[in-house]
Amino acid sequence: MKAPRFAYARPASVAEALALLDKHKDDARVLAGGQSLVPMLNFRVAAPKVLVDINRIAALSGIKVTKSHVRIGALSRHVELERSPDIAKLLPLVAAAMPHIAHPAIRNRGTFGGSCALADPAAELPACALALGATFVLAGKKGERRVAAEDFFKGLYATALRPGELLVAAEFPLAKPGCKSAFGELARRHGDYAMVGLAAHRSGKAMRAAFFGVGDRPEVVDADSIDGVISGIDDLEPRADLHASAETKLHLARVLAGRVLAQLQ
Amino acid sequence: MNAPLETVEIEVIVNGERVKRGVPARLNLADFLRIELELTGTHVGCEHGVCGACTVRVDGEIVRGCLMFAAQADGCKVDTVEGLSDSREIEELQSAFVLTNALQCGFCTPGILMAAQALLRDEPDPSRERIREYLSGNYCRCTGYQAIVDAIEAVAKARAGRAR
Repeated sequence: MKAPRFAYARPASVAEALALLDKHKDDARVLAGGQSLVPMLNFRVAAPKVLVDINRIAALSGIKVTKSHVRIGALSRHVELERSPDIAKLLPLVAAAMPHIAHPAIRNRGTFGGSCALADPAAELPACALALGATFVLAGKKGERRVAAEDFFKGLYATALRPGELLVAAEFPLAKPGCKSAFGELARRHGDYAMVGLAAHRSGKAMRAAFFGVGDRPEVVDADSIDGVISGIDDLEPRADLHASAETKLHLARVLAGRVLAQLQ
Repeated sequence: MNAPLETVEIEVIVNGERVKRGVPARLNLADFLRIELELTGTHVGCEHGVCGACTVRVDGEIVRGCLMFAAQADGCKVDTVEGLSDSREIEELQSAFVLTNALQCGFCTPGILMAAQALLRDEPDPSRERIREYLSGNYCRCTGYQAIVDAIEAVAKARAGRAR
């Protein structure tokens, strides 16, 4: 189907975007890469009266490295992350996730911030943000606030973003020497949403495994061994979907954990 | 442009030609090309980004024409399969598709040609596995893909041979 009628605005700055969001409140929706929102419009799952297109706000793009973190602008496209030498070197987990995110034509448009703000439970980047302890930077009328990834993802397509707020960036702490990370997912077709996926990070003995596609939001299992993570999978409560029953998903999560966590040794 | 509008004035360079139109905000880029400009080589399949039939180039990079509004292409360069045919940019791919029987009904072909050209531009010598991975976002319901991969591989090898 086609998108329902809406009015289109293209602010040139974060301040203009915030003013539009404030003015139109619940009637407005932010249009970033549009690779999930436009299908939702076409399916008539979403029908906002106003679309606030942030694609021309240059301040929201780009990857910056500081002494303490890597800052990824919300409007950075997947393809920029995929090709960034900084991401490859400093956030290898994010680099490893990239080829799994949809297809080249979609990665050319889809954005980091759009993926995180939508919070699809089977999406890769929210799990990476959780595994790496990222912090999200949210802008609102009263200024910026920071929310840790653990507090950002609230549930099915639900985040800590308040009405009128805009996700502007995420800050990933620089990994300490000796840290390792690994990524894997199982999907029917390469690039489709994961049936089950895992973004894992090890710092010293501590392992953090962020599973996705197994609940309303990415689920973190912390443990100090592979066996510890695998027994933590018992506590997950995936919902059956078109592709797999809950039991199958739990089985796949264990298989995937075995494969992915072995790379952290 | 700040006040929300239901009709948006746009100026786009389509296949090298400057085009000015007032378009409904809800009109997607693929429909704009097909209905407004009568460039019907860009096909509309699933309308939710899964099938790849609507693949076009915006500012040099392939995108899903159904997942972008025409209003968003304002100020951009858009290239379609018609443009790439006329400029002969995809001539070898088209010939190879005919030679290997890489199409039957042809519905997916324009999108696949757009994607294949993007792949070969960035990666001149891809493996068969890489070709398959890259084309995972383009559905073909006739061929079983084997001949499509054959055609793209043949063009890559021919180009590599000439470069040597």
